[in-house]
Amino acid sequence: MADRLRIRFVKLGKVRFTSHRDVARMWERALRRSGLPVASSNGFNPRPLLAFGLALPTGAESLAEYLDVTLVPVEVSRPENPDELGCLAATLSEALPEGIDVVALSRVAGGADSLQQEVTLCSWDLEVRGVTASELARSVERLLDAPSVSVRRERKGRIFDDDLRPAVRSLAVSHHPEESSCGAPTWLRAELTTRPRGVRPRELVEALGADVMLGRARRTQQWIEHGGERWEPLSAGLGLDVAMAAHAWERAS
Amino acid sequence: MRSLWPRVEPLLDGVSKPARYIGGEFGAIASVHGPGQVAWLLVYPDTYEIGLPNQGLQILYELLNERADSVAERAYAPWVDMEAAMRAAGVPLFSLENHLSAADFDVIAFNLSAELVYTNVLNLLDLAGLAVRTADRHSGHPLVLAGGHCTFNPEPLADFVDAFVLGDGEEVVGEITEVVGTWRSGGSEDRGEVLEALASVAGVYVPSLYRVSRADGALAEVVPVSPVAPPRVEKRTVADLAAWPYPKRQLVPLTEVVHDRLNVEVFRGCTRGCRFCQAGMITRPVRERPEHQVQEMIQAGLARTGYDEVALTSLSTADFSSIEETVRAVMSGACGDQPVSVSLPSLRVDAFTVGTATEIARARRTGLTFAPEGGTWRMRRVINKLITEDDLYGAVDAAFANGWRRVKLYFLIGLPTERDEDVLGIAELARRCVEVGRRHHRSPTVVASVGGFVPKAQTPFQWSAQDTVAELARKIHLLKDACRGVRGLTLRWHDPEASAVEGLASRGDRRLGAVIERVWRAGGTFQEWSECFDLAKWEAALDAEGLSFDEVVHRPRAGDEVLAWDHLSAGLHRDFLWSDWQDALSAVAVEDCRWTPCYDCGACTDAGLEHVVASNVAPAGGSQGTGQDLSRGDRVPVRFVSSIGVR
Repeated sequence: MADRLRIRFVKLGKVRFTSHRDVARMWERALRRSGLPVASSNGFNPRPLLAFGLALPTGAESLAEYLDVTLVPVEVSRPENPDELGCLAATLSEALPEGIDVVALSRVAGGADSLQQEVTLCSWDLEVRGVTASELARSVERLLDAPSVSVRRERKGRIFDDDLRPAVRSLAVSHHPEESSCGAPTWLRAELTTRPRGVRPRELVEALGADVMLGRARRTQQWIEHGGERWEPLSAGLGLDVAMAAHAWERAS
Repeated sequence: MRSLWPRVEPLLDGVSKPARYIGGEFGAIASVHGPGQVAWLLVYPDTYEIGLPNQGLQILYELLNERADSVAERAYAPWVDMEAAMRAAGVPLFSLENHLSAADFDVIAFNLSAELVYTNVLNLLDLAGLAVRTADRHSGHPLVLAGGHCTFNPEPLADFVDAFVLGDGEEVVGEITEVVGTWRSGGSEDRGEVLEALASVAGVYVPSLYRVSRADGALAEVVPVSPVAPPRVEKRTVADLAAWPYPKRQLVPLTEVVHDRLNVEVFRGCTRGCRFCQAGMITRPVRERPEHQVQEMIQAGLARTGYDEVALTSLSTADFSSIEETVRAVMSGACGDQPVSVSLPSLRVDAFTVGTATEIARARRTGLTFAPEGGTWRMRRVINKLITEDDLYGAVDAAFANGWRRVKLYFLIGLPTERDEDVLGIAELARRCVEVGRRHHRSPTVVASVGGFVPKAQTPFQWSAQDTVAELARKIHLLKDACRGVRGLTLRWHDPEASAVEGLASRGDRRLGAVIERVWRAGGTFQEWSECFDLAKWEAALDAEGLSFDEVVHRPRAGDEVLAWDHLSAGLHRDFLWSDWQDALSAVAVEDCRWTPCYDCGACTDAGLEHVVASNVAPAGGSQGTGQDLSRGDRVPVRFVSSIGVR
């Protein structure tokens, strides 16, 4: 069995302003420091074999980022049991910047599909400003009832009108302050599909109305779907250590 | 002191590259500011991605945070979009560690590595909420200091900076901390008191304690008006790099920056004697780090940071006398068990060096860069860059033979005594390098990169005129014509207008302060960025102040003329610089004084120092590979070795 580690990590606090590529570099350095035997690509310019899941927009937080690490295919001593894996999680978190912490990891079968291919749905918590909760609820209803919602995008220097409605699986106001506490944010909970074309939280919120502004965006889950069922990409492994995630959140905010 | 982060954070969703403003680098130190501690804000007046890797700033950052009586944080120039957002929201310049307001610090210290950032210095002071002119600041304001290579002629910034530090900063930052701490604890309201105390620290120049007088339209003298201010401020020099193995905790950024790798300084100073090179002149003598310490720093640095690349830094790393041992140690895994790539930021032009570069470049062999600087052998004798054509072709041949696909050549135009044949010699050299490349590849690429020469203070060329924008443009045209149709040869050039402005700041006197202030007030920040550079702003400011490029930049200086920086010393005797200038004018070269007798430039003798070398054997390739006998000494015209003449 080719050796792959699937790692779930969080991205919270100030570090949310780093880009997807920045996070990839952080991981390369952290893995080198950890001494984990990561396999490299061949060729003139060998790179460690790391496969990240869906890119997180710069500025967004996440409780559910994933990374697959291919290990060198030789029989050396490597983490097998939950204790060793837990130890590795702590080592990696220590080597990563504040706000990026490993919350779960597991061995995955070598033949498994890549995260990019497998994950088809993400859950989001979105902080919204500029409208009252009741106005927002009406906007959400309108958007869900609409057969299509046009969004203007630029690709390769050309302007396209895309329909974002098919990417919105569900959308609801999840938490709102008392109507009297003026200016306080309201939160949306959204489930957004990644295919055929994903939708960015900012695009979704802006489609809700001219005055609606996105505050914090936080990806809370990524889902693999099959035959009407969904599961978390690591659910076969250690699973999410909820206490660890909460602790990481506390540390970063 | 309260963190500004809650006010900074909302701005970051709307600006480019927001990670530049969050701090949190691996190795960053978020100190608690205790009473009785002097708080330093170290500022690099350019963007985060340019400033973060600066090793000088990082060394001082560590040293100040190690001391019990000081803390240090960092700040960089916010890019124009962030600055606009900050001004609109009333957010002042802030530090990256604790996101404190710059005005909360006792000392704001700028790193001055390049002249075109001067307007940024004013902008950052303003963004910090300080009056830009020293005369308008009061005791509640932080002290404003500056260090770095540009302080060897700091006169254009004399109205804005309280004190400049000349030379190596390792020792003097501690002494300054003590002076400022004593002043602060005394509760004195008198800013003049601390400035006088600073002026008595060796290597510190307090411009407000000097009177500048002019006569007959020329500078007459710059003399101290306080008994504690020395008539001539001598630079500081750290005698032994081995005592300063810093940075020990090099910052690893969270986002992309230039030179994103481990940097280990293998020596400071340079004795090649290239006459145009200010860095080489003002950092003498050569002080090499012991070989074992270099290896220890590489090993510890790689393990700590997780980097897979280390750069051995200096002004001419191939001249490090332990270069072969060091490279061998890294490549054999003595410095860590993971594969590592080594880079030499400055290559010497010879085949030996290319061999070393090839051996250590594990990553893709894309391009190698050489700096012959002059187009003809005569020109290279004038500037004392003693590279023969054979050296260059040998290096280029070795590069292409070893699998490199692209060779980049750096040249200067507008050098003293330059004739059109010297300029055209650049095209000829580059063309021949393409031919050399064809022996190995069907389509080799040679890039000739041409910059306009800017005379610098404290160098033999400080008396030279600088070419006008029109003359540089004409020479670039000559080159464009000569390079046209040569397949595989690409010509690139630096904007001559930017060189002219760099010239203003390089050799200007105190009158330039008003010009810099006008340009800044007209919105002229980030002048080293081509998208922001605006010559018209400089022309208008010069006009308004009754000054001109002709007077400051394009005019040769006479031997008996008082220069704006004569009261400051990089250790070099004015006699030495003058005779070296005269040698240059007659195309007489001098050899590297590490391996030949002393020319008495003053850098060692006056400071009671010596060159410190890790090995007493000259490195392979010798002195510039000119085929000279290294045992032969004294000042001799260098023999014309090459048989391939260029007309």
